[in-house]
Amino acid sequence: MLLRHTPKEIKERSALTVNPAKTCQPVGAMYAALGIHRCLPHSHGSQGCCAYHRSALTRHYKEPVMATTSSFTEGSSVFGGQSNLVEAIGNIFTLYNPDVIAVHTTCLSETIGDDIGQIISKAREEGKIPAGKYVIHANTPSYIGSHVTGFANMVKGMVRYFPEKKAASGGAINIIAGWCEPADARELKRILFDMGIEGIVFPDTSDVLDTPLTGRYAMFPKGGVTVDRLKMTGSSAGTLALGAFASLPAAEELDARFKVRHEALDMPYGIKATDRFLDALMRISGKMVPVSLADERGRLVDMISDMEQYLYKRRVALFGDPDQLIPVTEFLVDIGMRPVYVVTGTPGNYFEERMAGILGDIPEAKFKHGDMFLLHQWIKNEKVDLLMGNTYGKYISRDDDIPFLRFGFPILDRTGHSYFHSVGYTGAMRFLERILNSLMDRQDRDAPEESFELVM
Amino acid sequence: MKRNDGTWQVNPSSIKENLIKRYSAKVGKKRAKQIVINNPKSSPGQEIGANVRTVPGIITQRGCTYAGCKGVVLGPTRDILNLTHGPIGCGFYSWLTRRNQTRPEKDTDPNFMPYCLSTDMQDENIIFGGEKKLRQAVEEAYAIFKPRAIGIFATCPVGLIGDDIHSVARDMSEKLGINVFGFSCEGYKGVSQSAGHHIANNQLFKHVIGKNPAVPDGKYKVALLGEYNIGGDAFVLEDMFRRCGIGIVATFSGNSTYDGFAGAHHADLNLAMCHRSINYVADMIEKKYGVPWIKVNFTGADATAKSLRKVAGYFESAELMSRVEKVIEEEMEKIRPVQEDVKLRTAGKTAMLFVGGSRAHHYQELFREMGMKIVAAGYEFAHRDDYEGRGVLPAIKVDADSRNIEELDVKPHPEQYRPRKTPEDMERLARAGISFKSYEGMMPEMDEGTLVIDDINHFETEILIEKYKPDIFCAGIKEKYVIQKMGIPMKQLHSYDYGGPYAGFAGAINFYRDVDRMIGSKVWKLVVPPWEKDEPIAAMFINPV
Repeated sequence: MLLRHTPKEIKERSALTVNPAKTCQPVGAMYAALGIHRCLPHSHGSQGCCAYHRSALTRHYKEPVMATTSSFTEGSSVFGGQSNLVEAIGNIFTLYNPDVIAVHTTCLSETIGDDIGQIISKAREEGKIPAGKYVIHANTPSYIGSHVTGFANMVKGMVRYFPEKKAASGGAINIIAGWCEPADARELKRILFDMGIEGIVFPDTSDVLDTPLTGRYAMFPKGGVTVDRLKMTGSSAGTLALGAFASLPAAEELDARFKVRHEALDMPYGIKATDRFLDALMRISGKMVPVSLADERGRLVDMISDMEQYLYKRRVALFGDPDQLIPVTEFLVDIGMRPVYVVTGTPGNYFEERMAGILGDIPEAKFKHGDMFLLHQWIKNEKVDLLMGNTYGKYISRDDDIPFLRFGFPILDRTGHSYFHSVGYTGAMRFLERILNSLMDRQDRDAPEESFELVM
Repeated sequence: MKRNDGTWQVNPSSIKENLIKRYSAKVGKKRAKQIVINNPKSSPGQEIGANVRTVPGIITQRGCTYAGCKGVVLGPTRDILNLTHGPIGCGFYSWLTRRNQTRPEKDTDPNFMPYCLSTDMQDENIIFGGEKKLRQAVEEAYAIFKPRAIGIFATCPVGLIGDDIHSVARDMSEKLGINVFGFSCEGYKGVSQSAGHHIANNQLFKHVIGKNPAVPDGKYKVALLGEYNIGGDAFVLEDMFRRCGIGIVATFSGNSTYDGFAGAHHADLNLAMCHRSINYVADMIEKKYGVPWIKVNFTGADATAKSLRKVAGYFESAELMSRVEKVIEEEMEKIRPVQEDVKLRTAGKTAMLFVGGSRAHHYQELFREMGMKIVAAGYEFAHRDDYEGRGVLPAIKVDADSRNIEELDVKPHPEQYRPRKTPEDMERLARAGISFKSYEGMMPEMDEGTLVIDDINHFETEILIEKYKPDIFCAGIKEKYVIQKMGIPMKQLHSYDYGGPYAGFAGAINFYRDVDRMIGSKVWKLVVPPWEKDEPIAAMFINPV
């Protein structure tokens, strides 16, 4: 047993986290910044932060993840990181020439209290920022919230720096995509295209973190939302924030500053969350859902009805980030499953409020802001039929012989998550296929010879 | 220009010039010292800048002190419970990502490696201090895991807010009756992971080594230093040593245990593999307990054989030497046909290695055994002695960043200091080719005209690849996919691309086969689509108007 020290008996812990279901803010900020075209994320702190975040993202995407660091030393930790950041900005534009440097802080620079806005001004005064280039920033103290908070803060940083109010409304719809995969951003754009809607999807990591192998390396690939498009977000007709945790703070900022009306939605995972997404698009744009999307929905419903018997009342444990967990749990309930244990490491009452609503009809369900150690203890007390979460779940899955479906961040040991989308009706179909494969492979493995089924 | 033998004709001086001129004057001056056109024969004693600060914004490979301490040195030990004191990230990123394998003897033996423990500091802990939470966390950890030892690792904010992890450790040791010790390995210390290795060495020496009085059985007792059991390397070496009849008393720190560390001083010879990360422990054990150390290399079949002979030579036993020779002979019989086979495809190919503090040197052996040529190499976090040899040590100036890392003042132990050899023995052995406390470094072993670059960055990497077009490039995960996008196979030498083991004889065979596979992979022939290769016959199916 790999997790041989995890006891069934649950003791209250007030200070110790074991096997976290979250990581720290800066990695989220780095990921979000990669969703801007020709942007180089910059980590203002020790080298290790940048190395760890780049490694985590690289392992998840199996793609180049470029970012720079202020390389703090003991001296900079005492005297502040201003000279390191100013020097870094100069070097970055000289060597790598991005259009945007997106600076995020770390627990180190936050504890010191470096004022990034002021340092950027100084770099500008010293002529380190060439004309037409941008340096933006977000404060991402690692000791508050989680990686999701850092993502949200960097997206908010984008709308603090770029949007401009033009006299005439642009009429586009801002879609703040939330923490999703490149394939998901691509699918969101496809849905908008099919509906005939002009949308600005950001951040957008498609064609940044899923680039083709051509023998030519481009440090800044063709993808990512452009600065020009980000500038237009201030004159859009409205904003849809996908995910209350990752996207809402930016939408509220845009609304407050530019009176761009906003609506918070769940990320469109599963059938009902996608329904609500399309409904919101219709309401804002006045466009109708085309037959192509309606057909996709129909095929999804058909698939659920075909396979419903394999899903009914199957117990599921999930861990991950609230913006994903909320709609995915809802989808599991919709297809007849019983999500009984749900854990996120990201704090926020909204998660528990929503879970209480979604899981109202499942009295045995438990959900909590906690860690994977607790989740495993719950499972040890009463087994589940399926476990869903990031790669770290494989240890629980192996020890307790539970089918495991990888979903979330990071996925370090499989491929596909970045290439095949999970949003929308077709995303839900793929999700459903993966759930069924996990459960049915297990049924095949465990079936007695006499009841080993050919047709299922 | 492509030479007849398939390698690219390049002029290293002009490459260096090209690199430097793209930098600002200040950065260029600094980088110029860290880029050397290596001419060990024509101008021996060349100096390289190393273990100096990384230029901010330059896209370095380097990580931090915490990574070197908690991640590298203490990470592979299964029964010391590691607790990170800090915000959640540092603990999270160092959780199982380094592929340190471990194999407890029994199912019931402790193995804490799949667990990530953290105090997950919140803003109120930063403002009001985190010692109270740390104390509570240690108690909670003890209640669940009942370990014999707990290591506490400080992250950046801990040093800044002044939490005294060492006093918490002392109190907790007393209260719980177990060994609790702290590591002040805040990420901002030093200039790279290297400072973390040193801090880890110091604390292990102060708090663990020497605490186990049980003298292990065995005639020939060694400790392996700087072996981290990535991908099972230690298992290969353990098996090899067992067959030779040599007992491994302790390993720092692949597949290791607390008891092993605590009894390391019972070894009669210390074998330093990764010189950079562990030479401090080797030196301190020698001073305090009288155990001599030699530099060995178990990467590459010939190097492994050579190192084994050195070990047997040290013990001056004909019986041991004949056992060692027998093992070498058996292994070489298996190695040779594989070497001959892969050489058909790999001979004359070129490689670059930019990694670590010893691997960029050691792995050159394996490439040479495949008939390959090293055109450029360098370390991520090594010091000048790893490049130029330990002879340079007295000449290294201690700068402000290194001065902050504690140097322990070690004296012979009043009872337990026991020189294993007399000075006359040592001299005789040295004359026989067993040089103690000696490491020649990477540069003297590399060819004339090769490029040696310390702390290489992304910009330099891109230019090097463009100019040299090597057949394979070795570095870490952050570099991996950049290189491969250029159509060049990239071998990770931190994680071995989730393969291995690569140590010893068995590992050499794995490495030859992996490199052979990578260089010959069909995927590289699929990169250019057919319509870009040939003139397409356009519009065949469209009817002429």
